[in-house]
Amino acid sequence: MASKKRENTPSKELLEKLFTTAYRIRNFETEGIKLYRRGLVRGYFHPYLGQEGIATGACAALDERDYIASTHRGHGHCIAQGAEVEGMIAELLQKETGYCKGYGGSMHIADITKNNLGANGIVGASTPLGVGAAMANQVNGSDAVTVAFSTDGATNNGTFLESLNLAAIWDLNFILIVENNQYAVSTTLAEATRETELYKRGEAIGVESHRIDGNDSLLVYETVADAVKKCRAGLGPILIEAVTFRHSGHHVNDPGKYMPEDKLKYYKDRDPVDRARDNLINMGKMSAKDVKAIEAKIEAEFEAAVKAAEAAGEVSIEEFREFVEGY
Amino acid sequence: MAGREIMYREALREALFEEMGRDESIFIIGEGIAERGGSYKVTEGLLAEYGPTRIRDTPISEAGMIGVGVGAAIAGARPIVEILYVDFAMLGMDMIVNQAAKFRLMTGGRGRVPFVLRTQGGTGGGVAAQHSQSLEALFYHIPGLRVVMPSTPADAKGLLKYALRQEDPVMFIEHKHLYMTKGEVPEGELITEFGVADIKREGTDVTLIAWSNMIPRTLQAAEELAEMGISAEVLDPRTLVPLDRVAILKSVAKTNRCVIVQEAVRRGGVASDISSIIQEEAFYSLDAPVQIVAGMNTPIPFNLTLEEASVPQKNDIIAAVQSVLHHKAA
Ligand SMILES: Cc1ncc(C[n+]2csc(CCOP(=O)(O)OP(=O)(O)O)c2C)c(N)n1
Ligand SMILES: [Mg+2]
Repeated sequence: MASKKRENTPSKELLEKLFTTAYRIRNFETEGIKLYRRGLVRGYFHPYLGQEGIATGACAALDERDYIASTHRGHGHCIAQGAEVEGMIAELLQKETGYCKGYGGSMHIADITKNNLGANGIVGASTPLGVGAAMANQVNGSDAVTVAFSTDGATNNGTFLESLNLAAIWDLNFILIVENNQYAVSTTLAEATRETELYKRGEAIGVESHRIDGNDSLLVYETVADAVKKCRAGLGPILIEAVTFRHSGHHVNDPGKYMPEDKLKYYKDRDPVDRARDNLINMGKMSAKDVKAIEAKIEAEFEAAVKAAEAAGEVSIEEFREFVEGY
Repeated sequence: MAGREIMYREALREALFEEMGRDESIFIIGEGIAERGGSYKVTEGLLAEYGPTRIRDTPISEAGMIGVGVGAAIAGARPIVEILYVDFAMLGMDMIVNQAAKFRLMTGGRGRVPFVLRTQGGTGGGVAAQHSQSLEALFYHIPGLRVVMPSTPADAKGLLKYALRQEDPVMFIEHKHLYMTKGEVPEGELITEFGVADIKREGTDVTLIAWSNMIPRTLQAAEELAEMGISAEVLDPRTLVPLDRVAILKSVAKTNRCVIVQEAVRRGGVASDISSIIQEEAFYSLDAPVQIVAGMNTPIPFNLTLEEASVPQKNDIIAAVQSVLHHKAA
C-alpha cells in the first residue's frame, strides 16, 4: 500500500479540520447508536465507525463547487461534506426539520445544498450517479470534481465497470473512492473476488488507480487533493482504493461475530480518529487541553441537536398528500 | 389430525429442505444465504445438509446472479436465486424480462426455464423508499412469468414446493412482515398447485380479494365487519399469474359485491386488472362498483406515520366495504 514521505508539514488548520470532522463523525455514530437503542431511530443504521478517515480526508480536499455521491453507510460522507448535525439527527428522528423532511432517513440522508447526491439504499448506485454528476459539470463547463464514495461490495456490481469506463472515455472529473472494509455484511472480500486488490480493476481499463491506507485521514486528504488537481487539469478520472475496517457489525443489529478479533484489534490500533488527534497534537502542536475543548464542543453540539430535533414538529400527513399529488 | 403451527419462514425452509432432498439438481445462490442462513433464516441449515456446491453465497451482483440462474435453468438445473429485497430484483430486470420470460416462446416451446427467484417485498418498519416496494405488477405485466405471493405458512410451503416441480420462471415474492407469523402447516407432503385461489374466510355479503400481507389485515377487517353484522368472504388468489378467475367470479356471483385490497400503489396495479376482469365478466351480478383499496401513488417515505398512510390499513378496508354495501344504484 502506498504511503509516501511528506515534503511539507501539513498546516495546523488542516490537521484541526481533519480531527474535527473525524471526531464529529465518531461522536455522531456513537451517540446515534444510543438513540437507536432507545428506540428513537427506526429502520436501518449502518455505522461508519472505523472508516471516518476516508470521508474526512476526501471531503477536506474538495471545495464548494465539488460534488459527492454516497452509500448506505453515508452519515460520515454527509458530515464531512459540511452538513449540520442538527438536520441529520432530525432526519434520523423522522422530523420535518430533517434534511429530507423525515422522508429519507439514514439510508437516504443528504444535505443536497452541499452538492451531496445522497446516501443510497442500493449498493453500487453511487458510482454511475457520481459519473453523471461529473458529466453534468463537464457539459455545464464547470471544472468541479465529483467524488463517488463506493464500497468493496459495489465493485462486483456491473455498473462499476460500465460507469467507470464512461468516465474514462469521456475524461470526466471523477474520483471513485472504493472504501474497502473487506466485508459485504458477513461475506469476506476474498469470497467475493479472486483479486482482492481492487484498484487493479481501474488500471485494467486505463484509469489511474491507487491503493492507500484509508485509516490515515491525512494520507487520504493528500491523495484526493492530488487527484482533484489532476482532474481539473483534464487527467481524470482517478480511482482510489482506501483500505479500512469496520469497528462493528454491518448495521446496528449485527454483532459482527464473523470479524476476527486479531484483525479488529489491528485496525482499532490504527484508529482513524486517534491518528487524526495524534497528528493534531504532534504535527500541529495543539495542546491536549485544546483538543479536549474541541471534543467537548462537538459533544455539546450533538446534545443540542438531539434536543432541538426532539422538540421539532412532526411531519404532516396532509402536506405529504399534497407533496405526492400527481406522482 | 392435530394442528401443527410453524412460522412462515420455517415453512419455507421445510419446503427447501424437502425439495433439495428429492431433486439433486436444485441449487440456491444468494447473498449471505450459506453460512449465515439468510437475513430471515430461511436457508439456515441447508449448507450443512446439502453442501457448498448446492448452497452458495454470492457477491452483490444481482444482474449476474439472476442471469446465471436463468442460464442454469435452461441447461437442466433447478436454480433458486434469492434476492434480498424485491427492490434489488430491478438490477436484474433484463434477465427476468428479456431472457427468462421469453425463452420458452422463442424456442417454440422446446426450451423451458424452471427458475425460481425468491425475494421479499412490502413495507415494514421504516426501511424507506428503496427497501419497501410492492412490485408484483411489474412482473404480472410480463407474459411468461409466474407470480406467486403466499400469505400463510402453509401456502408458502406448498407453493414453493410446487414452484420447484414446474417448468416456468417463477417470481416467488414473500413479505418481510410475514416471516415471523405462525400458521397451521400439515405434517407430510404439501404441494399447492398454481392458479388455485383459497377462500381464507367464507362470507355472503361482500368478496374481499387480497394477497400477501394484506390477507392478515383483511381478515382482521372481516372480523370487525362480522361484529357489525356484515359477512365478508376473503379470497386469496395466492398466485397472481396464473390467476384463478373462476374462483373470483364464483365468489362475486355469490356476494354481488367486491373490494380488492393491494399494498402496491394504485396506478397500474394488479387490483385494477382483477377489477376489469370482474366488470367484464360479472357485470350483471354486481350490486355496486368494484372498489379498490390500494397504496397511494408514492414512493414509501421513511417516516413511520407517512409509511402507514401510504398503504391500506384495516379501517380503509372497512370503510370501502361499507361504501359498497351502502351503494344504491342510481
Ligand atoms: C443492490 C443491492 N444488493 C444488496 C443490498 C443489501 N446490502 C446492503 S449493504 C450490503 C453489503 C454491502 O457491502 P459493501 O458494499 O462492501 O459495503 P459496506 O457495507 O461494507 O460498507 C448488502 C448486501 C443492497 N442494499 N443493494
Ligand atoms: Mg464492504
